[in-house]
Amino acid sequence: MTQEPSYQEIMAQRAEIMKTSVGLDYARYAQGALAFDYEGLLADTGYDIETACGVQRRTAVGHTPLVELENITELVRVMAEPGKGASIFVKDEAANPSGSFKDRRASLSVYEAKKRGYPGVAAATSGNYGAAVASQAAKLGLPCIIVQEAFDSQGLAQPEIAEKTRACEGYGAEVIRLSVGPELFYVFLRVLKETGYFNASLYTPFSILGIETLGYELAGQVKTLTGRFPDVVIATHAGGGNVTGTARGLRAAGAVDTQMMGASVDLSGLHMASDRDFNRKSFTTGHTGFSIPFTTWPDRADVPRNAARPLRYLDRFVSVTQGEVFYITQLLAELEGLQRGPAGNTSLAAAFAIARELDEDRIVVVQETEYTGAGKHPIAQLNLAKRLGIEVKRGDPRENKPGQRIVIPEHPAQIEVTDVDLDHLRRSYLRHALDSLPKDQALSEVDLEFLAAETRSSRDYVLEVIDEIHRKTR
Amino acid sequence: MTEQIAQGTWVEIHRIVLAPGERAPQVPEDTRSVPLEMRVKGFLAEPACLGEEAEIETPAGRRVRGKLVEVNPAYTHGFGPPIRELSTIGTEVRAILRKREGHR
Repeated sequence: MTQEPSYQEIMAQRAEIMKTSVGLDYARYAQGALAFDYEGLLADTGYDIETACGVQRRTAVGHTPLVELENITELVRVMAEPGKGASIFVKDEAANPSGSFKDRRASLSVYEAKKRGYPGVAAATSGNYGAAVASQAAKLGLPCIIVQEAFDSQGLAQPEIAEKTRACEGYGAEVIRLSVGPELFYVFLRVLKETGYFNASLYTPFSILGIETLGYELAGQVKTLTGRFPDVVIATHAGGGNVTGTARGLRAAGAVDTQMMGASVDLSGLHMASDRDFNRKSFTTGHTGFSIPFTTWPDRADVPRNAARPLRYLDRFVSVTQGEVFYITQLLAELEGLQRGPAGNTSLAAAFAIARELDEDRIVVVQETEYTGAGKHPIAQLNLAKRLGIEVKRGDPRENKPGQRIVIPEHPAQIEVTDVDLDHLRRSYLRHALDSLPKDQALSEVDLEFLAAETRSSRDYVLEVIDEIHRKTR
Repeated sequence: MTEQIAQGTWVEIHRIVLAPGERAPQVPEDTRSVPLEMRVKGFLAEPACLGEEAEIETPAGRRVRGKLVEVNPAYTHGFGPPIRELSTIGTEVRAILRKREGHR
Protein backbone atom coordinates (compact mmCIF):
# COMPACT_ATOMS: atom_id res chain seq x y z
CA MET A 1 0.00 0.00 0.00
CA THR A 2 2.71 2.46 -0.91
CA GLN A 3 0.67 4.28 -3.54
CA GLU A 4 -2.68 5.47 -2.31
CA PRO A 5 -5.39 4.79 -4.88
CA SER A 6 -8.53 6.68 -3.82
CA TYR A 7 -11.80 5.09 -2.77
CA GLN A 8 -13.47 6.09 -6.04
CA GLU A 9 -10.53 4.85 -8.11
CA ILE A 10 -10.54 1.40 -6.53
CA MET A 11 -14.33 1.01 -6.54
CA ALA A 12 -14.32 1.78 -10.26
CA GLN A 13 -11.97 -1.20 -10.78
CA ARG A 14 -14.14 -3.47 -8.67
CA ALA A 15 -15.42 -5.76 -11.45
CA GLU A 16 -11.97 -6.31 -12.93
CA ILE A 17 -10.31 -6.99 -9.56
CA MET A 18 -13.09 -9.44 -8.67
CA LYS A 19 -12.82 -11.33 -11.94
CA THR A 20 -9.07 -11.77 -11.58
CA SER A 21 -9.20 -12.68 -7.90
CA VAL A 22 -12.06 -15.20 -8.06
CA GLY A 23 -11.07 -16.58 -11.46
CA LEU A 24 -14.69 -16.94 -12.54
CA ASP A 25 -16.23 -15.17 -15.50
CA TYR A 26 -19.67 -14.42 -14.08
CA ALA A 27 -20.67 -12.66 -17.31
CA ARG A 28 -20.73 -16.07 -19.03
CA TYR A 29 -23.77 -17.05 -16.98
CA ALA A 30 -25.88 -13.96 -17.68
CA GLN A 31 -29.28 -14.59 -19.22
CA GLY A 32 -32.04 -12.13 -20.11
CA ALA A 33 -31.99 -8.71 -18.49
CA LEU A 34 -31.21 -9.82 -14.95
CA ALA A 35 -31.32 -13.61 -14.83
CA PHE A 36 -28.30 -15.88 -14.65
CA ASP A 37 -27.70 -19.62 -14.88
CA TYR A 38 -27.36 -20.40 -11.16
CA GLU A 39 -27.08 -24.17 -11.49
CA GLY A 40 -24.62 -23.79 -14.36
CA LEU A 41 -22.40 -21.49 -12.29
CA LEU A 42 -22.27 -24.11 -9.53
CA ALA A 43 -21.95 -27.16 -11.79
CA ASP A 44 -19.06 -25.73 -13.84
CA THR A 45 -16.81 -25.77 -10.77
CA GLY A 46 -16.69 -29.55 -11.20
CA TYR A 47 -17.48 -30.30 -7.55
CA ASP A 48 -20.18 -32.78 -6.72
CA ILE A 49 -20.62 -33.91 -3.12
CA GLU A 50 -18.25 -36.84 -3.48
CA THR A 51 -15.46 -34.70 -4.94
CA ALA A 52 -16.00 -32.04 -2.26
CA CYS A 53 -15.87 -34.74 0.45
CA GLY A 54 -12.60 -36.02 -1.02
CA VAL A 55 -10.97 -32.59 -0.84
CA GLN A 56 -12.30 -32.01 2.69
CA ARG A 57 -11.09 -35.38 3.95
CA ARG A 58 -7.50 -34.40 3.07
CA THR A 59 -7.59 -31.62 5.66
CA ALA A 60 -9.75 -33.48 8.23
CA VAL A 61 -12.80 -31.34 7.51
CA GLY A 62 -16.26 -32.83 8.04
CA HIS A 63 -17.51 -36.18 9.36
CA THR A 64 -18.41 -34.46 12.61
CA PRO A 65 -20.50 -36.26 15.25
CA LEU A 66 -24.27 -35.97 15.47
CA VAL A 67 -25.21 -35.64 19.14
CA GLU A 68 -28.66 -36.29 20.59
CA LEU A 69 -29.52 -33.63 23.17
CA GLU A 70 -31.51 -35.94 25.44
CA ASN A 71 -31.67 -33.71 28.49
CA ILE A 72 -32.72 -30.62 26.56
CA THR A 73 -35.34 -32.74 24.75
CA GLU A 74 -36.57 -33.94 28.15
CA LEU A 75 -36.90 -30.31 29.30
CA VAL A 76 -38.89 -29.50 26.13
CA ARG A 77 -41.27 -32.37 26.96
CA VAL A 78 -41.83 -31.07 30.49
CA MET A 79 -43.30 -27.93 28.94
CA ALA A 80 -45.04 -29.51 25.94
CA GLU A 81 -48.60 -30.82 25.71
CA PRO A 82 -48.79 -34.63 26.20
CA GLY A 83 -47.43 -36.44 23.14
CA LYS A 84 -45.53 -33.35 21.97
CA GLY A 85 -41.82 -32.56 22.15
CA ALA A 86 -39.62 -33.65 19.25
CA SER A 87 -36.11 -35.02 19.76
CA ILE A 88 -33.35 -32.45 19.24
CA PHE A 89 -30.00 -33.41 17.70
CA VAL A 90 -27.00 -31.21 17.02
CA LYS A 91 -24.24 -31.63 14.46
CA ASP A 92 -21.06 -30.90 16.41
CA GLU A 93 -19.27 -28.86 13.77
CA ALA A 94 -16.91 -27.52 16.43
CA ALA A 95 -15.00 -30.76 15.75
CA ASN A 96 -13.68 -29.31 12.48
CA PRO A 97 -9.99 -28.27 12.42
CA SER A 98 -10.52 -24.56 13.17
CA GLY A 99 -13.62 -25.14 15.27
CA SER A 100 -16.59 -24.41 13.03
CA PHE A 101 -18.46 -25.45 9.88
CA LYS A 102 -16.67 -22.59 8.12
CA ASP A 103 -13.84 -25.05 7.39
CA ARG A 104 -16.18 -26.64 4.86
CA ARG A 105 -16.61 -23.26 3.13
CA ALA A 106 -12.90 -22.49 3.16
CA SER A 107 -11.66 -25.90 2.06
CA LEU A 108 -12.68 -25.88 -1.61
CA SER A 109 -11.69 -22.19 -2.02
CA VAL A 110 -8.18 -22.65 -0.68
CA TYR A 111 -7.79 -25.90 -2.61
CA GLU A 112 -8.80 -24.07 -5.82
CA ALA A 113 -6.42 -21.19 -5.05
CA LYS A 114 -3.56 -23.66 -4.71
CA LYS A 115 -4.54 -25.66 -7.78
CA ARG A 116 -4.81 -22.56 -9.96
CA GLY A 117 -1.44 -21.22 -8.82
CA TYR A 118 -2.55 -18.11 -6.94
CA PRO A 119 0.29 -16.78 -4.73
CA GLY A 120 -1.98 -16.64 -1.64
CA VAL A 121 -5.54 -16.30 -0.35
CA ALA A 122 -7.40 -13.37 1.15
CA ALA A 123 -10.82 -13.04 2.75
CA ALA A 124 -12.86 -10.18 4.15
CA THR A 125 -14.44 -11.55 7.32
CA SER A 126 -14.55 -10.83 11.03
CA GLY A 127 -15.86 -14.27 11.91
CA ASN A 128 -14.93 -17.94 12.11
CA TYR A 129 -14.50 -17.95 8.36
CA GLY A 130 -11.22 -16.04 8.69
CA ALA A 131 -9.83 -18.68 11.01
CA ALA A 132 -11.05 -21.38 8.61
CA VAL A 133 -9.32 -19.80 5.58
CA ALA A 134 -6.15 -19.23 7.63
CA SER A 135 -6.19 -22.85 8.84
CA GLN A 136 -6.70 -24.29 5.35
CA ALA A 137 -4.03 -21.94 3.93
CA ALA A 138 -1.60 -23.08 6.61
CA LYS A 139 -2.19 -26.73 5.69
CA LEU A 140 -1.78 -26.07 1.96
CA GLY A 141 1.24 -23.80 2.41
CA LEU A 142 -0.27 -20.57 1.06
CA PRO A 143 0.17 -17.14 2.61
CA CYS A 144 -3.10 -15.67 3.90
CA ILE A 145 -4.49 -12.20 4.59
CA ILE A 146 -7.70 -11.66 6.57
CA VAL A 147 -9.40 -8.25 6.62
CA GLN A 148 -11.60 -7.67 9.68
CA GLU A 149 -13.95 -4.98 10.92
CA ALA A 150 -12.63 -5.21 14.46
CA PHE A 151 -12.90 -2.09 16.65
CA ASP A 152 -14.88 1.13 17.07
CA SER A 153 -13.64 4.74 17.00
CA GLN A 154 -12.82 4.48 20.72
CA GLY A 155 -10.41 1.64 19.88
CA LEU A 156 -12.70 -0.82 21.69
CA ALA A 157 -12.47 -4.25 20.05
CA GLN A 158 -15.50 -6.54 19.86
CA PRO A 159 -14.28 -9.44 22.09
CA GLU A 160 -15.45 -12.18 19.74
CA ILE A 161 -13.60 -10.58 16.82
CA ALA A 162 -10.50 -10.11 19.03
CA GLU A 163 -10.53 -13.89 19.47
CA LYS A 164 -10.75 -14.37 15.69
CA THR A 165 -7.77 -12.03 15.28
CA ARG A 166 -5.81 -14.23 17.67
CA ALA A 167 -6.96 -17.41 15.93
CA CYS A 168 -6.00 -16.14 12.46
CA GLU A 169 -2.62 -14.90 13.68
CA GLY A 170 -2.17 -18.25 15.40
CA TYR A 171 -2.44 -19.93 11.99
CA GLY A 172 0.23 -17.57 10.64
CA ALA A 173 -2.06 -15.21 8.73
CA GLU A 174 -1.69 -11.46 8.34
CA VAL A 175 -4.69 -9.74 9.89
CA ILE A 176 -5.68 -6.25 8.80
CA ARG A 177 -7.93 -4.85 11.50
CA LEU A 178 -10.18 -1.94 10.60
CA SER A 179 -12.56 0.36 12.43
CA VAL A 180 -16.27 0.26 11.58
CA GLY A 181 -17.56 0.84 8.06
CA PRO A 182 -18.41 -0.79 4.73
CA GLU A 183 -15.27 0.75 3.19
CA LEU A 184 -13.60 -2.41 4.44
CA PHE A 185 -14.41 -3.59 0.93
CA TYR A 186 -12.18 -0.83 -0.50
CA VAL A 187 -9.25 -1.98 1.65
CA PHE A 188 -9.94 -5.58 0.66
CA LEU A 189 -9.95 -4.72 -3.06
CA ARG A 190 -6.66 -2.86 -2.61
CA VAL A 191 -5.13 -5.93 -0.97
CA LEU A 192 -6.37 -8.19 -3.79
CA LYS A 193 -5.01 -5.83 -6.42
CA GLU A 194 -1.64 -5.44 -4.70
CA THR A 195 -1.07 -9.13 -3.93
CA GLY A 196 -2.83 -10.98 -6.74
CA TYR A 197 -4.21 -13.34 -4.11
CA PHE A 198 -7.30 -15.50 -4.56
CA ASN A 199 -10.47 -13.96 -3.12
CA ALA A 200 -11.78 -16.71 -0.84
CA SER A 201 -15.15 -14.95 -0.65
CA LEU A 202 -17.89 -16.47 1.48
CA TYR A 203 -20.18 -16.25 -1.51
CA THR A 204 -18.40 -18.05 -4.36
CA PRO A 205 -19.73 -21.38 -5.67
CA PHE A 206 -16.78 -23.11 -3.91
CA SER A 207 -17.90 -21.79 -0.55
CA ILE A 208 -21.50 -22.95 -1.00
CA LEU A 209 -20.61 -26.34 -2.50
CA GLY A 210 -18.34 -26.91 0.50
CA ILE A 211 -21.40 -26.72 2.81
CA GLU A 212 -23.43 -29.24 0.82
CA THR A 213 -21.42 -31.99 2.51
CA LEU A 214 -22.85 -30.84 5.87
CA GLY A 215 -26.47 -31.34 4.83
CA TYR A 216 -25.59 -34.58 3.09
CA GLU A 217 -23.74 -36.07 6.10
CA LEU A 218 -26.41 -34.95 8.51
CA ALA A 219 -29.20 -36.60 6.53
CA GLY A 220 -27.25 -39.85 6.43
CA GLN A 221 -26.39 -39.79 10.13
CA VAL A 222 -30.00 -39.19 11.17
CA LYS A 223 -31.18 -41.97 8.87
CA THR A 224 -28.63 -44.44 10.23
CA LEU A 225 -29.51 -43.57 13.81
CA THR A 226 -33.31 -43.37 13.57
CA GLY A 227 -34.22 -45.07 10.31
CA ARG A 228 -35.50 -41.91 8.66
CA PHE A 229 -34.62 -38.40 7.59
CA PRO A 230 -35.02 -35.41 9.95
CA ASP A 231 -38.32 -33.54 9.94
CA VAL A 232 -36.78 -30.12 10.49
CA VAL A 233 -33.21 -28.85 10.06
CA ILE A 234 -32.47 -25.43 11.51
CA ALA A 235 -29.51 -23.33 10.38
CA THR A 236 -28.36 -20.09 11.94
CA HIS A 237 -29.01 -17.63 9.14
CA ALA A 238 -26.82 -14.65 8.26
CA GLY A 239 -25.42 -14.25 4.74
CA GLY A 240 -27.44 -17.19 3.41
CA GLY A 241 -24.66 -19.69 2.71
CA ASN A 242 -25.45 -21.94 5.61
CA VAL A 243 -29.12 -22.27 4.61
CA THR A 244 -28.33 -22.67 0.90
CA GLY A 245 -25.54 -25.24 1.19
CA THR A 246 -27.26 -27.30 3.89
CA ALA A 247 -30.57 -27.43 2.00
CA ARG A 248 -28.81 -28.47 -1.21
CA GLY A 249 -26.96 -31.21 0.64
CA LEU A 250 -30.19 -32.49 2.21
CA ARG A 251 -31.83 -32.66 -1.20
CA ALA A 252 -28.84 -34.45 -2.68
CA ALA A 253 -29.15 -37.05 0.08
CA GLY A 254 -32.81 -37.57 -0.78
CA ALA A 255 -34.19 -35.77 2.27
CA VAL A 256 -36.62 -33.82 0.09
CA ASP A 257 -39.40 -33.62 2.69
CA THR A 258 -37.18 -32.20 5.42
CA GLN A 259 -38.21 -28.67 6.35
CA MET A 260 -35.33 -26.18 6.00
CA MET A 261 -35.55 -23.48 8.60
CA GLY A 262 -33.38 -20.40 9.11
CA ALA A 263 -33.02 -18.75 12.52
CA SER A 264 -31.51 -15.35 13.30
CA VAL A 265 -31.02 -13.27 16.41
CA ASP A 266 -33.29 -10.26 16.26
CA LEU A 267 -31.13 -7.12 16.16
CA SER A 268 -33.81 -4.76 14.90
CA GLY A 269 -33.13 -1.12 15.72
CA LEU A 270 -29.35 -1.40 15.41
CA HIS A 271 -27.54 -0.08 12.33
CA MET A 272 -24.93 -2.43 10.89
CA ALA A 273 -22.59 0.33 9.67
CA SER A 274 -22.89 2.46 12.79
CA ASP A 275 -19.74 3.09 14.80
CA ARG A 276 -21.86 3.56 17.95
CA ASP A 277 -23.92 0.38 17.50
CA PHE A 278 -20.92 -1.81 16.59
CA ASN A 279 -20.17 -2.97 20.13
CA ARG A 280 -23.80 -2.82 21.28
CA LYS A 281 -24.96 -5.78 19.16
CA SER A 282 -23.63 -8.50 21.51
CA PHE A 283 -23.66 -10.80 18.46
CA THR A 284 -21.30 -10.59 15.52
CA THR A 285 -23.24 -12.80 13.13
CA GLY A 286 -26.32 -14.99 12.77
CA HIS A 287 -28.43 -11.89 13.24
CA THR A 288 -31.14 -10.09 11.29
CA GLY A 289 -28.73 -7.27 10.42
CA PHE A 290 -27.21 -9.68 7.89
CA SER A 291 -29.98 -12.16 7.20
CA ILE A 292 -32.74 -9.76 6.17
CA PRO A 293 -30.67 -7.73 3.66
CA PHE A 294 -28.94 -10.84 2.26
CA THR A 295 -32.22 -12.75 1.90
CA THR A 296 -33.95 -9.89 0.12
CA TRP A 297 -30.96 -9.12 -2.12
CA PRO A 298 -28.13 -11.70 -2.15
CA ASP A 299 -26.11 -9.85 -4.79
CA ARG A 300 -24.97 -7.20 -2.31
CA ALA A 301 -22.05 -9.57 -1.63
CA ASP A 302 -18.37 -9.18 -2.54
CA VAL A 303 -18.77 -11.21 -5.76
CA PRO A 304 -20.93 -10.28 -8.79
CA ARG A 305 -23.31 -13.22 -8.31
CA ASN A 306 -23.82 -14.63 -4.84
CA ALA A 307 -23.96 -18.43 -4.81
CA ALA A 308 -25.88 -18.23 -1.51
CA ARG A 309 -29.52 -17.65 -2.41
CA PRO A 310 -31.55 -18.41 0.73
CA LEU A 311 -35.04 -17.54 -0.56
CA ARG A 312 -34.74 -20.50 -2.92
CA TYR A 313 -34.40 -22.87 0.03
CA LEU A 314 -36.08 -21.45 3.13
CA ASP A 315 -39.28 -23.23 4.17
CA ARG A 316 -39.55 -21.15 7.33
CA PHE A 317 -37.54 -18.27 8.82
CA VAL A 318 -37.73 -17.33 12.49
CA SER A 319 -36.03 -14.94 14.86
CA VAL A 320 -35.14 -15.32 18.53
CA THR A 321 -33.98 -12.73 21.05
CA GLN A 322 -30.45 -12.13 22.35
CA GLY A 323 -31.44 -13.16 25.88
CA GLU A 324 -32.96 -16.44 24.67
CA VAL A 325 -29.72 -17.37 22.91
CA PHE A 326 -27.62 -16.64 26.01
CA TYR A 327 -30.06 -18.71 28.08
CA ILE A 328 -29.93 -21.73 25.75
CA THR A 329 -26.11 -21.50 25.61
CA GLN A 330 -26.15 -22.04 29.36
CA LEU A 331 -28.54 -25.03 29.00
CA LEU A 332 -26.29 -26.64 26.39
CA ALA A 333 -23.34 -26.39 28.79
CA GLU A 334 -25.09 -27.43 31.98
CA LEU A 335 -27.51 -30.07 30.67
CA GLU A 336 -25.52 -31.56 27.80
CA GLY A 337 -21.93 -30.91 28.83
CA LEU A 338 -21.20 -28.98 25.64
CA GLN A 339 -19.72 -25.49 25.85
CA ARG A 340 -20.27 -24.26 22.33
CA GLY A 341 -21.30 -21.24 20.39
CA PRO A 342 -22.44 -18.55 20.04
CA ALA A 343 -23.45 -19.16 16.38
CA GLY A 344 -25.24 -22.53 16.45
CA ASN A 345 -27.05 -21.62 19.64
CA THR A 346 -29.29 -19.25 17.75
CA SER A 347 -30.75 -22.27 15.92
CA LEU A 348 -30.76 -24.22 19.18
CA ALA A 349 -32.96 -21.58 20.83
CA ALA A 350 -35.29 -21.84 17.84
CA ALA A 351 -35.18 -25.66 17.97
CA PHE A 352 -36.17 -25.57 21.63
CA ALA A 353 -39.34 -23.64 20.78
CA ILE A 354 -40.12 -25.56 17.57
CA ALA A 355 -39.66 -29.02 19.14
CA ARG A 356 -42.34 -28.14 21.66
CA GLU A 357 -44.93 -27.74 18.88
CA LEU A 358 -44.06 -31.05 17.19
CA ASP A 359 -45.03 -34.64 18.01
CA GLU A 360 -42.67 -36.71 20.16
CA ASP A 361 -41.61 -38.94 17.27
CA ARG A 362 -40.38 -35.99 15.20
CA ILE A 363 -36.72 -35.08 14.76
CA VAL A 364 -35.27 -31.58 14.78
CA VAL A 365 -31.60 -31.05 13.91
CA VAL A 366 -29.50 -28.02 14.74
CA GLN A 367 -26.90 -28.26 11.99
CA GLU A 368 -23.88 -26.61 13.66
CA THR A 369 -21.96 -25.83 16.78
CA GLU A 370 -18.78 -23.76 16.96
CA TYR A 371 -15.88 -23.65 19.40
CA THR A 372 -16.22 -21.31 22.32
CA GLY A 373 -13.53 -19.59 24.33
CA ALA A 374 -12.13 -16.25 25.46
CA GLY A 375 -14.07 -13.39 23.92
CA LYS A 376 -16.66 -15.55 22.19
CA HIS A 377 -18.71 -16.53 25.21
CA PRO A 378 -21.88 -15.10 26.81
CA ILE A 379 -19.82 -13.96 29.80
CA ALA A 380 -17.55 -11.83 27.59
CA GLN A 381 -20.45 -10.38 25.59
CA LEU A 382 -22.60 -9.61 28.63
CA ASN A 383 -19.71 -7.97 30.49
CA LEU A 384 -19.13 -5.74 27.45
CA ALA A 385 -22.85 -4.98 27.23
CA LYS A 386 -22.95 -3.96 30.91
CA ARG A 387 -19.85 -1.81 30.46
CA LEU A 388 -21.58 0.06 27.63
CA GLY A 389 -24.64 0.72 29.76
CA ILE A 390 -26.89 -1.98 28.32
CA GLU A 391 -29.24 -3.36 30.97
CA VAL A 392 -28.92 -7.12 31.55
CA LYS A 393 -31.70 -8.75 33.55
CA ARG A 394 -33.84 -11.86 34.00
CA GLY A 395 -37.42 -11.49 32.83
CA ASP A 396 -39.76 -11.86 29.87
CA PRO A 397 -37.63 -12.16 26.71
CA ARG A 398 -40.33 -10.22 24.80
CA GLU A 399 -38.97 -7.16 26.62
CA ASN A 400 -35.52 -7.66 25.09
CA LYS A 401 -34.46 -4.52 23.18
CA PRO A 402 -31.21 -4.81 21.16
CA GLY A 403 -28.63 -2.25 22.23
CA GLN A 404 -30.62 -1.23 25.30
CA ARG A 405 -31.80 -4.24 27.28
CA ILE A 406 -30.89 -7.92 27.20
CA VAL A 407 -33.52 -10.00 28.93
CA ILE A 408 -32.51 -13.53 29.93
CA PRO A 409 -35.62 -15.74 30.33
CA GLU A 410 -36.68 -16.72 33.85
CA HIS A 411 -38.11 -20.03 32.69
CA PRO A 412 -37.46 -22.26 29.65
CA ALA A 413 -41.16 -22.05 28.70
CA GLN A 414 -40.59 -18.40 27.79
CA ILE A 415 -38.43 -19.33 24.79
CA GLU A 416 -40.41 -18.64 21.63
CA VAL A 417 -39.73 -17.97 17.99
CA THR A 418 -41.10 -15.08 15.95
CA ASP A 419 -41.84 -15.93 12.34
CA VAL A 420 -40.29 -13.70 9.72
CA ASP A 421 -42.87 -13.31 6.95
CA LEU A 422 -41.39 -14.99 3.86
CA ASP A 423 -43.96 -13.42 1.57
CA HIS A 424 -42.85 -9.99 2.71
CA LEU A 425 -39.22 -10.97 1.97
CA ARG A 426 -40.17 -12.27 -1.49
CA ARG A 427 -41.82 -8.95 -2.33
CA SER A 428 -38.81 -7.08 -1.03
CA TYR A 429 -36.54 -9.29 -3.16
CA LEU A 430 -38.61 -8.52 -6.26
CA ARG A 431 -38.43 -4.78 -5.53
CA HIS A 432 -34.64 -5.04 -5.39
CA ALA A 433 -34.63 -7.05 -8.62
CA LEU A 434 -36.67 -4.37 -10.41
CA ASP A 435 -34.31 -1.70 -9.06
CA SER A 436 -31.39 -3.60 -10.59
CA LEU A 437 -33.02 -3.84 -14.02
CA PRO A 438 -31.13 -1.64 -16.51
CA LYS A 439 -33.32 1.30 -17.58
CA ASP A 440 -33.40 0.40 -21.28
CA GLN A 441 -34.30 -3.27 -20.74
CA ALA A 442 -37.50 -5.18 -20.10
CA LEU A 443 -38.06 -8.51 -18.36
CA SER A 444 -38.12 -11.49 -20.70
CA GLU A 445 -39.57 -14.97 -20.17
CA VAL A 446 -36.22 -16.24 -18.89
CA ASP A 447 -36.16 -13.43 -16.30
CA LEU A 448 -39.65 -14.29 -15.08
CA GLU A 449 -38.70 -17.93 -14.73
CA PHE A 450 -35.56 -16.92 -12.86
CA LEU A 451 -37.44 -14.62 -10.48
CA ALA A 452 -39.99 -17.37 -9.79
CA ALA A 453 -37.14 -19.78 -8.94
CA GLU A 454 -35.43 -17.14 -6.82
CA THR A 455 -38.57 -16.58 -4.75
CA ARG A 456 -39.82 -20.19 -4.84
CA SER A 457 -43.04 -18.93 -6.34
CA SER A 458 -44.62 -18.94 -9.77
CA ARG A 459 -44.52 -16.79 -12.88
CA ASP A 460 -48.01 -15.54 -11.99
CA TYR A 461 -46.94 -14.54 -8.48
CA VAL A 462 -43.95 -12.65 -9.86
CA LEU A 463 -46.12 -10.81 -12.41
CA GLU A 464 -48.70 -9.97 -9.78
CA VAL A 465 -46.14 -8.52 -7.36
CA ILE A 466 -44.36 -6.58 -10.11
CA ASP A 467 -47.70 -5.13 -11.19
CA GLU A 468 -48.39 -4.10 -7.58
CA ILE A 469 -44.98 -2.43 -7.28
CA HIS A 470 -45.55 -0.54 -10.53
CA ARG A 471 -48.99 0.64 -9.41
CA LYS A 472 -47.55 1.91 -6.12
CA THR A 473 -44.69 3.80 -7.75
CA ARG A 474 -46.81 5.33 -10.49
CA MET B 1 14.62 10.54 23.90
CA THR B 2 12.45 7.50 23.14
CA GLU B 3 14.14 4.17 22.93
CA GLN B 4 14.57 2.66 19.49
CA ILE B 5 12.77 -0.63 18.93
CA ALA B 6 14.98 -3.23 17.30
CA GLN B 7 14.46 -4.45 13.76
CA GLY B 8 12.63 -7.79 13.72
CA THR B 9 10.50 -6.99 16.80
CA TRP B 10 6.80 -8.03 16.53
CA VAL B 11 4.85 -4.76 16.56
CA GLU B 12 1.59 -3.12 15.54
CA ILE B 13 1.26 -0.11 13.27
CA HIS B 14 -1.71 2.19 12.86
CA ARG B 15 -2.80 4.44 10.07
CA ILE B 16 -5.79 6.41 8.86
CA VAL B 17 -7.15 4.88 5.65
CA LEU B 18 -9.94 7.39 5.04
CA ALA B 19 -10.35 10.75 6.78
CA PRO B 20 -13.88 11.72 7.92
CA GLY B 21 -14.40 13.73 4.72
CA GLU B 22 -13.47 10.77 2.51
CA ARG B 23 -15.94 8.21 3.89
CA ALA B 24 -18.37 6.37 1.60
CA PRO B 25 -21.66 8.16 0.91
CA GLN B 26 -23.87 5.37 2.35
CA VAL B 27 -22.19 5.46 5.79
CA PRO B 28 -24.38 6.69 8.69
CA GLU B 29 -23.63 10.04 10.33
CA ASP B 30 -21.83 8.73 13.44
CA THR B 31 -19.46 6.64 11.32
CA ARG B 32 -18.91 9.41 8.78
CA SER B 33 -17.70 11.77 11.50
CA VAL B 34 -14.75 9.51 12.39
CA PRO B 35 -11.87 8.23 10.23
CA LEU B 36 -11.51 4.67 8.92
CA GLU B 37 -8.55 3.35 10.89
CA MET B 38 -6.32 0.37 10.22
CA ARG B 39 -4.09 -1.68 12.51
CA VAL B 40 -1.70 -4.36 11.23
CA LYS B 41 0.94 -6.44 13.02
CA GLY B 42 4.25 -7.62 11.69
CA PHE B 43 8.01 -7.65 12.20
CA LEU B 44 9.67 -4.24 12.27
CA ALA B 45 11.62 -3.82 9.02
CA GLU B 46 14.00 -1.11 10.32
CA PRO B 47 14.64 0.17 13.87
CA ALA B 48 12.01 2.79 14.83
CA CYS B 49 10.63 4.64 17.85
CA LEU B 50 7.14 4.32 19.30
CA GLY B 51 4.83 6.97 17.88
CA GLU B 52 6.94 7.41 14.75
CA GLU B 53 6.40 6.28 11.16
CA ALA B 54 7.68 2.72 10.68
CA GLU B 55 7.62 -0.14 8.20
CA ILE B 56 6.73 -3.73 9.01
CA GLU B 57 6.90 -7.01 7.16
CA THR B 58 3.65 -8.89 7.73
CA PRO B 59 3.36 -12.70 8.10
CA ALA B 60 2.16 -12.75 4.47
CA GLY B 61 5.40 -10.99 3.44
CA ARG B 62 3.89 -7.59 2.65
CA ARG B 63 5.63 -4.34 3.56
CA VAL B 64 3.21 -1.91 5.25
CA ARG B 65 3.93 1.56 6.68
CA GLY B 66 2.20 3.34 9.54
CA LYS B 67 2.69 4.83 12.99
CA LEU B 68 4.36 2.41 15.39
CA VAL B 69 1.82 2.07 18.22
CA GLU B 70 2.58 -1.15 20.10
CA VAL B 71 5.49 -3.45 20.78
CA ASN B 72 4.68 -7.15 21.13
CA PRO B 73 0.95 -6.34 21.45
CA ALA B 74 -0.93 -8.51 23.95
CA TYR B 75 -4.15 -10.44 23.40
CA THR B 76 -6.28 -8.94 26.15
CA HIS B 77 -9.72 -10.39 25.35
CA GLY B 78 -11.03 -12.80 27.93
CA PHE B 79 -14.19 -13.52 29.87
CA GLY B 80 -14.43 -11.12 32.81
CA PRO B 81 -16.35 -11.87 35.97
CA PRO B 82 -19.16 -14.47 35.94
CA ILE B 83 -22.57 -13.10 34.99
CA ARG B 84 -25.06 -13.26 37.86
CA GLU B 85 -28.01 -13.46 35.42
CA LEU B 86 -26.61 -16.71 33.96
CA SER B 87 -25.23 -18.37 37.05
CA THR B 88 -28.43 -19.92 38.44
CA ILE B 89 -29.95 -21.18 35.16
CA GLY B 90 -28.42 -24.66 35.46
CA THR B 91 -29.76 -25.18 38.98
CA GLU B 92 -33.21 -23.96 37.93
CA VAL B 93 -33.60 -26.30 34.97
CA ARG B 94 -32.18 -29.30 36.83
CA ALA B 95 -34.86 -28.70 39.47
CA ILE B 96 -37.54 -28.71 36.75
CA LEU B 97 -36.22 -32.02 35.41
CA ARG B 98 -36.06 -33.59 38.90
CA LYS B 99 -39.66 -32.61 39.51
CA ARG B 100 -40.68 -34.45 36.33
CA GLU B 101 -38.72 -37.54 37.42
CA GLY B 102 -40.65 -37.44 40.72
CA HIS B 103 -44.00 -37.46 38.89
CA ARG B 104 -43.20 -40.55 36.84
